[in-house]
Formats: sequence, structure tokens, C-alpha cells
Amino acid sequence: MWKMIVSELTQAMQELARGFAHILPRIIVVVIMALVGWVVAYLAKVILRSILRLIKFDKLSENAGASQLLTKAALPSATDLLCRFVFWVAWLGFILLGVRALGIAGLQEQIAKFFIFLPRLFVALVIMFFGLLGATFLSRAALLAAVNANFPSPRLLSVSVRTIIIIFVLSMAFEEVGVAEQTMLVAFGIAFGAMMLGLAIAFGTGGRELAQQFLERRLVPGGKDEGKGDELSPL
Amino acid sequence: MAQESFLTDDFLGQLISVGEVDILVGVPTHNNAKTVGPIVETIQAGILRFFPRERTAIINADGGSRDGTPQLVVSAAIGDAQSRSKLYALRTLRSISTEYASSPAGGTALRTILAAAELLRAKACAVISPESTTITADWLAALLRPVYADQFDLVLPTYRRHRFDGILLTNLLYPMTRALYGLKIREPYALEFAFSGRLGSQFLAQNAWNEETARAGSEIQLTLAAIAGGYRIGQSFLGTKQHVERRSADLVPAMRQTVGALFSSLEPNFSVWSGKTGSQPIPTTGAEQEFSLEPLRVNRKRLREMFSTGVAELAAVFQSILSASTLAELQGIAGLDEANFSYSGELWVKTVYEFAAAYQKSVISRDHIIQALAPLFRGRALTFLMENRSGSAANVENNVEALCLEFERMKPYLLEKWNGGK
Repeated sequence: MWKMIVSELTQAMQELARGFAHILPRIIVVVIMALVGWVVAYLAKVILRSILRLIKFDKLSENAGASQLLTKAALPSATDLLCRFVFWVAWLGFILLGVRALGIAGLQEQIAKFFIFLPRLFVALVIMFFGLLGATFLSRAALLAAVNANFPSPRLLSVSVRTIIIIFVLSMAFEEVGVAEQTMLVAFGIAFGAMMLGLAIAFGTGGRELAQQFLERRLVPGGKDEGKGDELSPL
Repeated sequence: MAQESFLTDDFLGQLISVGEVDILVGVPTHNNAKTVGPIVETIQAGILRFFPRERTAIINADGGSRDGTPQLVVSAAIGDAQSRSKLYALRTLRSISTEYASSPAGGTALRTILAAAELLRAKACAVISPESTTITADWLAALLRPVYADQFDLVLPTYRRHRFDGILLTNLLYPMTRALYGLKIREPYALEFAFSGRLGSQFLAQNAWNEETARAGSEIQLTLAAIAGGYRIGQSFLGTKQHVERRSADLVPAMRQTVGALFSSLEPNFSVWSGKTGSQPIPTTGAEQEFSLEPLRVNRKRLREMFSTGVAELAAVFQSILSASTLAELQGIAGLDEANFSYSGELWVKTVYEFAAAYQKSVISRDHIIQALAPLFRGRALTFLMENRSGSAANVENNVEALCLEFERMKPYLLEKWNGGK
């Protein structure tokens, strides 16, 4: 009886040892991949940081209005955030490649999906960044033009321009990553359509005189002379 | 000569048929049919009277007029001028017109005139505005003689103006140019001026002449190039400059043309202006400047409103351009009523210098920086208007001089901001 127990235990231990001996090289591969991945990701981060500093990416981000959003959300600077993103994506990529070597069924498919998703995520982030840049630039241009033309409610005009562009950019980014594609498309259509309809009704009813004056200034000969003499001659 | 490629074949052919000239008069136009005829006749009369022995040509650079302006220039016959003035030219006087583009661009117009002057090897060239209805034949002599006979490279005008005309010149362009470059040039941005062939050729060759410069104020760039290049600059009193009625929409394009060009020249000319202190007069023929005092209708209420609205609505934009203390001061005066409103010279100079430094650092789009200055300028214009409402011409001159000295006194502040001070 005792011998039988010892034999069974020995067999179990041997199987465990065999199993361990079988998986150990794979674990070592994972560890090596993680270490190599860390070094590569770190180097990528350092190189990217230098490039971004060289091209004054933080300035660009500040101009785009992204820095203000990040500050409000208690997040680091745009350069830092992008460097961290690249570091973690690269390191995680190496770790997942290592994990793939473990040969766990089902996991491989998920890892493949992750790698397919990465470029789309990156494109979505690029769309967001440049969209934000465009929204800030155009809303500021609208604000300055409205202020200098003595247009009523210039900030409302500027915010409207910014909101429309951000809604448009968000719907594009969500479509790119494939998150709630249909919902976003319908939501964008409804929001954009409602806004345009609202503006058209508001302009048509509340701003009838303004529209008339605007069209007269543009189309009626001599209409452009209106307002002359109110201003000091600058040159 | 590399510049000739942008000239049309037809225009080049006409220039070749002219040969060489001693004097060239350029008239940049765009839909100026109402005024250009008499102006060209006056130019012809001036040439007959003061330069009868010189070979001369009138070049019209037109920006796509649809009212027959070029035809009026070309058809202004020299014979009529001769019979009117009883003076006769001993050499030929040709009038040539070319359409440089289908839409107006001041820079391209000047470039066309400069290229024509170089091709015709003109010794002296004058540019005359097609809107200067107060022009007399004497203007030609006042501008061209110092260049043609006395070896000046650039002759700028001084005028008798209404005290509230050219307010951007008196409150920014003149004092800032004077403080930076140390020369008392009353009209650094002029629509009538004369230049030597060598300055014209050098400016034609050195300028980038891209789309931006085609629209920006090439006239002020020519002045700044002459200063930076150490050319001989003078100014001549021409007489009365007529009052031109403006709309509020005219201010931003005017600022782009002049303030934008002045700010953008600061970086390449840093070594020229950074070490200069004080200012020197330049050789002047006639009066330095005269002010007329007749009443003028100006909407003061709107000026104040547009200033206050600008300060309130553009606060976020100003935060990236101005220092916190300057912005706070502006917000303080934006709340004052018209009677107590005062945008002091010191605060105005601080504002302008901070804008210039922000422009150099491109804290936001440079065009947006210039646009953001427009409502603040309206505030300063209102103060200038109120300060000089009942004063004599001498008072106006004293106030302009005081502002110039303020610009000079605070030049170290610009250098501090320029070098990164916040």
C-alpha cells in the first residue's frame, strides 16, 4: 500500500517535472521577450520623445487645444502621453508575442485580433488629434472674424463651429475603431441635422433683417459703401 | 533678369520696344477708372515740366480691373498734356499697361513695376497711388529729384493730413519703426514713393515673392529693406493727402499689410534693430508732417464697443499672446465708460511689443495674432481721438512725439520678451 502511494506520488512528480521541463523554455521565452520588448519599447520612447521635442509637438498640441484638455483631466503633456502610449503598445506587443509561444488555445486568436486592431486605434487617435487641431483653428478664425466684423454673439458662432467639427471628428474616430459604428453614425446624423435645421430656422425667423442686410451688402451695387465714414482711416 | 519670367510675353515685348529709360513711373491699379485718368495726366505734366530731357515711361500694373482702368492709362495722350501745359518733351514718353493677375495683389503689382524698372534700366522710379486725387505735378519732382539728382535710394512722402487720418501710422507704424531702427521715417508705409534702380534691383532679387508677400505690404518691406541695407533714405513733403472714408472691414487687411509685414521683418533684421537706441532725423525736403484740424465724423461709441467686445470675447486668445498683467489692465479699461476711457501710451506700447514677441514665437497662427490686435487698436484709436479732439496741430504732434518716445523708452521690454521673458 505504502509502496503504491510512493509510486503514484513519484509518477505524479515526474509528470509535473516533465510538464515543467516542457513549459519552462516557453516561460523563459516569454520572460526574454518581455525583457527585449522593454528595451525596444524604452528605446522607441526615447527616440520618439526626441523627435517630438524637435518638432515642438507640445506647442502644436497647445495650439490644438489638446494640452488644455489634458491639463483639465490631470493627464501628462501630449508628448509624454504619446511616448507612454508607444512604450506600452510596443512592450505589450512583445509580451503578447511571447505569450503566443506558450501555445494556449484561444489566446492566439485574441492576440491576432489585438494586432489587427492596433493600426486602427492609431489612425483613430491621429484623426482625433488633427480634428481637434482643425476645430481649434477654425473656431478661433470664426471668433476673430466675428469680433472684427462686430457680429453679434461671436463666441456662440465660434463654439458652434468647434462643436460641429468635434462631433464630425468623433464620429469618424469611432467609425475607425469600429465601436458602436451604427449608433455613432445615426447619432451624428441626428445631431448634425438638428443643429443645421435649428440654425436655418433661427436665421430665417430671428435674423431675417440681418440676412437681408447681408445679401444687400453683397449683391446690391453700392451696398458695400454702407458703414463708410464710421471708421478712422488707418493708413 | 531672372524675375522677367513672370511677366507676360506681350508686356515684355512692349518693354523691349521702349529700350532704356532714365525715369519710370509705376501706377498700380484695380478698378480706379474714376480717378486714374486725371492722375496719369498730372504725372505726364510733372514729367514734361521737371524731366523734359529724360527718357521716361509710365507703367500701369493692373490687378484685373473691369472698369476700363488700363485703357484710360494707355489712352491718356501726351499730346493733350503738352497742349495744356505748353511744355514739350524732348524725349519719348511711353505708357504701357499690363494685367499681372485677375485679382489685385499689391506685392505682385510692385514686383511687376520693379521688374520693368530693372529691364528698362531705369535710374529713378516713382510709384504713384491711383487714388491720390490731390496729386500735383510737383509731387513728381519732390519724389524723383532726390533720387535722380542727389543719389538718394529711397524717398518717402510726408503729407498734410487730417489729424485723425493715418491713425495706424501715427500710433504704431511710425513710432515702432522709429524706435526699432532709429530713423524718424514718418510714412514707412507709403503709397507714393521713389527709389533708385539699385535699391529696386536688390529688393527684387532678395525678396522671396511668395503668395504671402504678394498680398503683404511690399511697400513697407521696401522701406525696411532700405533701412537694413544701409541705403540712403530721405523724405519729401508732397502736400495735402485727401481723406479716404473707410469701413470697419478695412482695418484687418490694412493691419495684415503693414503690421504683419513689420512684425515678420523683425526676425531677419534682429541684428539691425536690436542694438539701436534713440532715433535720428532723416534728410527731409519741406515740412516733416502737417496736421489739418477740420471736424470729422467718427463713431466713437462703436469704437469703444468693438474694443470692449474684443477684450471680453478674445480673452482666451489674449491669454496666449499677452502677459497676465497686460491682459488684466486691458480688462480693467474695457469696463470704463466713454468719458473715463483711456488706453495709455505705455499700455499700448506694452501690448504692441507683446504681440510682436508672440508673433515671433508663433504662439498661435500669425494671421490670428494680427487679427487679434485689431480690436485693441480700436481702443487705442479712441484714446488718440479723445486726447486730440480739441487740440491744435502742435498738440497732436506733441502727443505723437510722446508716443514715439514711449516706444523708444520701452524697447528693452521688447528685447526681454523677444528673448523669452514672460
